[in-house]
Amino acid sequence: MATHTPAPADINQPAGLVTYAAPRRLLLDVLHDWVTTVDHKKLGLMYIGYALIFLVIAGFQALLMRVQLSLPNNTFVSPQTFNSLFTMHGTTMVFFVGMPILFGFGNYLVPLMIGARDMAFPRLNAFSFWISAFGGLLLYFSYFGASGLYGAGSAPDVGWFAYAPLTARVFSPGHSTDYWTLAILLSGIGSIGTALNIVATTLCMRCPGMKLSRMPLLVWLYLVTSSLVFVAVSPLTAAQIMLLLDRYAGSHFFDTQAGGSAVLWMHFFWIFGHPEVYILILPAFAFANEIIPVFSRKAIFGYPAMVAASVGIGFISLSVWAHHMFTVGLGPGANTFFTLATMVISVPTGIKLFNWLATLWGGKIHFTASMMFAIGFLFQFLIAGLSGIMLSVAPFDWQLGNSYFVVAHFHYVLVGAILFMLFSAFYYWFPKMSGRMLSERLGKWHFWIFLIGFHLTFDFMHVPGLLGMPRRIYTYEADRGWMIWNLIISSGAVFQAAGTLLFVYNMVWSYFKGPIAGPDPWDAWTLEWSTPSPPPAYNFAVIPTVESRRPLWDLKHPDDPDSRYE
Amino acid sequence: MPSASPSPLHQAVLRRTILARHLWALVRSAFPHSSTSIFAPAGTPAHSILSLSMLVLGITAAIFLIVAGLLLYAVVRYRHRASDANAAQEPAQIYGSNQIELAWTVIPILIVVLLFLATARIILSTQNAPRPAAALDVTVVGHQFWWEFSYPKLGIVTANELHIPVSDPKHPTPTYLTMTSADTDHSFWVPRLAGKMDLIPNQINTMWLDPQAPGLYLGQCAQYCGVQHAKMLLRVYADTPADFSAWVVRQQQPAVNSPDPQAAAGRAVFQRSVCISCHTVSGTVATGRFGPDLTHLASRETIASGSVPNTPANLRAFVDNPAAFKPGALMPAMHLNQRDLDALTAYLTTLK
Repeated sequence: MATHTPAPADINQPAGLVTYAAPRRLLLDVLHDWVTTVDHKKLGLMYIGYALIFLVIAGFQALLMRVQLSLPNNTFVSPQTFNSLFTMHGTTMVFFVGMPILFGFGNYLVPLMIGARDMAFPRLNAFSFWISAFGGLLLYFSYFGASGLYGAGSAPDVGWFAYAPLTARVFSPGHSTDYWTLAILLSGIGSIGTALNIVATTLCMRCPGMKLSRMPLLVWLYLVTSSLVFVAVSPLTAAQIMLLLDRYAGSHFFDTQAGGSAVLWMHFFWIFGHPEVYILILPAFAFANEIIPVFSRKAIFGYPAMVAASVGIGFISLSVWAHHMFTVGLGPGANTFFTLATMVISVPTGIKLFNWLATLWGGKIHFTASMMFAIGFLFQFLIAGLSGIMLSVAPFDWQLGNSYFVVAHFHYVLVGAILFMLFSAFYYWFPKMSGRMLSERLGKWHFWIFLIGFHLTFDFMHVPGLLGMPRRIYTYEADRGWMIWNLIISSGAVFQAAGTLLFVYNMVWSYFKGPIAGPDPWDAWTLEWSTPSPPPAYNFAVIPTVESRRPLWDLKHPDDPDSRYE
Repeated sequence: MPSASPSPLHQAVLRRTILARHLWALVRSAFPHSSTSIFAPAGTPAHSILSLSMLVLGITAAIFLIVAGLLLYAVVRYRHRASDANAAQEPAQIYGSNQIELAWTVIPILIVVLLFLATARIILSTQNAPRPAAALDVTVVGHQFWWEFSYPKLGIVTANELHIPVSDPKHPTPTYLTMTSADTDHSFWVPRLAGKMDLIPNQINTMWLDPQAPGLYLGQCAQYCGVQHAKMLLRVYADTPADFSAWVVRQQQPAVNSPDPQAAAGRAVFQRSVCISCHTVSGTVATGRFGPDLTHLASRETIASGSVPNTPANLRAFVDNPAAFKPGALMPAMHLNQRDLDALTAYLTTLK
C-alpha cells in the first residue's frame, strides 16, 4: 500500500502559502535572537563557530611549540611557557574544539535527519551550550587570573591528563590547576546535557515510518556516542571533584605524600579518556557514513554490520583504558588483558573500513572537495589504526609509550581522520546551513596544502619516537639525532596553518558571495536535503513519512526504491 | 658440484643485493646516528621487544599494503567519468554480502589471535623472568629532576649516572632495579637496553637490565614530572666486570679529604652553608637527602642530571645559579661571594 509522501520540491511549500522577504533587523535584535535561542540549528552553529575560534587558538599554540622544538636546546619559549602550551593545546583541542564541533554538527543534523522539528529538550540544549562555552572561557581566564597567593603559575602546565600527584597543591601551587579542573567539570556537564538530548530525541522523536533500522547511520553513531558520554564523563567529573577535595578540603585520594594513590587518578582519568577518543572519532565515522555513499552514488555497504560494529566499538572502548598505563607496573595479567581488549577493538573498526571500501567499489566517485577529504580520511584512518595496533602490543608500548610515536599516532587519528572528516563535513553541509556553496576551487587548494602539511608533520613524527624522544619535553640534546626530524615536522605545521586559514577565508567569502545552493546540491538521499537551505526554524512544514533508509532515493527513483530491498 | 662461474641470474641478484645495501647505507648516512634508537638493542628486553615489533610491523605493513592498495585501486578504477557511456546513470546499488562480510570479520579475528599470543609470550617472559642469583640490586628513586641510585648490598649511594656490570648471556649478571619516586611520577627509559618503567610515588616497580656490550647508554625521564622534565637525563654505564669492581671500591670510600688549602677552605664553606641540608657527603656533617649525593661528585661526567658537562667552570656557574642551566630546578641559587664560590668549587672537584 503506497502512502503519499510529498515530492521534494513541494515538501515545505504547501499550496497557498505566501512568503515575503523579512525587513532588516537591528544588530541588537539579531544578537538577542542568538543569545536566547533554543533552536537546535542555531545552537549547532554556535557550537561550531566557538570551536573554530579555539581551533585557531590551539593551532597557534602548536605552532609556538613547533618553533621551540625545531632546534635542540632552543630558547624560543621558557620551559614553563612550553609546559603550559602543551597543556592548553591538548585541553583546548579535546574539550573546546573536538567536543563542541562534533556535538555542534550532531545538534544541527540529528533532528533534521530523523524528520523532527527540534531536539527533545531545547532549553537543556541551550544550557548545555552556554555552560560548555563558559568552561572554555574559564580555562583561558587562567592566563590572567591564576597567579594565586604565591604568584606561581598562570595557565595550567600539568599536561592535559594532569597526572597526580603533580596536581597536588605542593607540586602545583597557585590556581592554574583549579581553572583546568573547573573548566573541564563544566564542559562535562554540557556534554552530558547534549548527549541526553540526542538520546531522547533519537529514541522518541523519529518521524513516522522511521524504525531504528531505517535511521541514517549518522544518527546511529550519535546515539552510540551519546551513550558513551554518559558512561565516560561521570568518572572524569568524579575525579575532578576528588582532586578539588584533595587540593582544598584535606582529602588524600591522590595525595601520595599522605598515602594516596597516583595510579587511582590514572584509572579514573583513562576510564574517561579512552572512551573520550571514541566519542571524538564516532562522529567522524558518522560523517563518512553519509558522505562516502553520496559521492560514490551507492548505498552504504552493509548497513546492519555498520550498526553492529559501531555499537560494538562503543562497548569494547569501555574495556581498553589501561593500554594508557602499560608502563605503570600493573603486572603481566593486566597488561595481557588490556592488550587483548585493545586488539579486539580493531575487528569492528576494520569492518567499518572495509564497508566503506566496498561502498566505493563499483560506484561512480565524484571528487568534490568534500569527497577528497573523505578519501584522505580513509587512508589516514587506516594508518592511524595500524599504529594503534602497534601500540596495543604492550612490550612495544614499553618502548614507544610516552614517546613521539604516541603523539604521532593520536594526531594521525585526531587530525588525519577526525579533522579531515570534519573538513569533508563542512564542504558537504555548509550549503545546507548557509544556503551557499563553498568554493570548490579554494576547497581543492585547501585539501592539497593541508594534506602536504599533515603528512610532513605527522608521518615523520613517528621517527623521533622510534629514536627515543619522549613527549612533553621543551627541548632536547643535540647528540640524540632528533633535530632533522623535528625540523621536518615543524615545516609541515606551516602548511597546515596556511590550509586552515584558506579554509576560514573560504567560509567567510562563500557565506557572502558563494553560489546559491538550493535544497539538494549533492543529489543526496537523507531528509535534511528535502528542506530549503538554510532550513526554516520549524525544519519541516509537514513531518515526512519514510519507507526506507533513503527516503529521497525512493522519491527520485520510484521505479527502484530502497523499500523494495529491505 | 660447484659451477665454474655464477649463473646470470645469480649475478643479477648479487648485484641488486649489493646495490640495495649501498643504497640503504647512503640513506642511513643522510640521517644522523641516534644514541637512543630502539633499533639498536643492546640488552635482552630491548632485543625481545624489537623481535616482537618486527613481527607486528610485518603484519601491519602487509595489512596496509593490501587495504591501501585496494582503496587506491577503487578510487582510480571507479571514478566518475563524464565521458562514460552511462555516466548519468546511478551504479548498481549493492547493500551487502554475507560471505564477504563474514570473511573480513573472521580473518582479522585470526590475525588478532596470532598477534595476541605472540605478545603475551613476550609480556610474560619479560615481566616474569626468573631472577638469577648473581643479579645486582639497585634501588632507583625518582626526584624532581634527578635520579637517586643506591646499591643496598654494596653500601653505595650515587646520583644520575648509573654504573652496572655488563652481562654475559652465558652467565647472566643482570641488574634488578627496584624503583619508586619521592615526589611526582617519573619514568626510567633507556631505549637501547629495555622498555620504560614508571617510577610512581607510594608504589614499588621493578625491571631488569642486562647490557651485553660495555659502553654508555643514554636515556631520559619519560613521564612528565614538572618544569624540568626535559632535563632529567639518564646515563647508564655498562662496565666490564673489572671496571665495575674498581668503580664499586672507589664509591664505597668515604669522601676524599683533600689536604689542598683551597679545598679545605671550600669544605668549610660547604659545611657551614645550607648545602648540608639537601646534600650528603659521607664522612662529613652533610647528611641531607633532598638533593643528589655529592660524595663522589667529581667522578661523574655530568652534572644537573646529565644535562651539563662536569667541568670546574660549569660546576661553579651551576652552584652560583642553577636556573641559568635548568630554570625550575629545585636547587636555589646559593648567593655565595666570589671567594667562597671559588673555594667551594675547588672542594667539589676533589670529591672523586
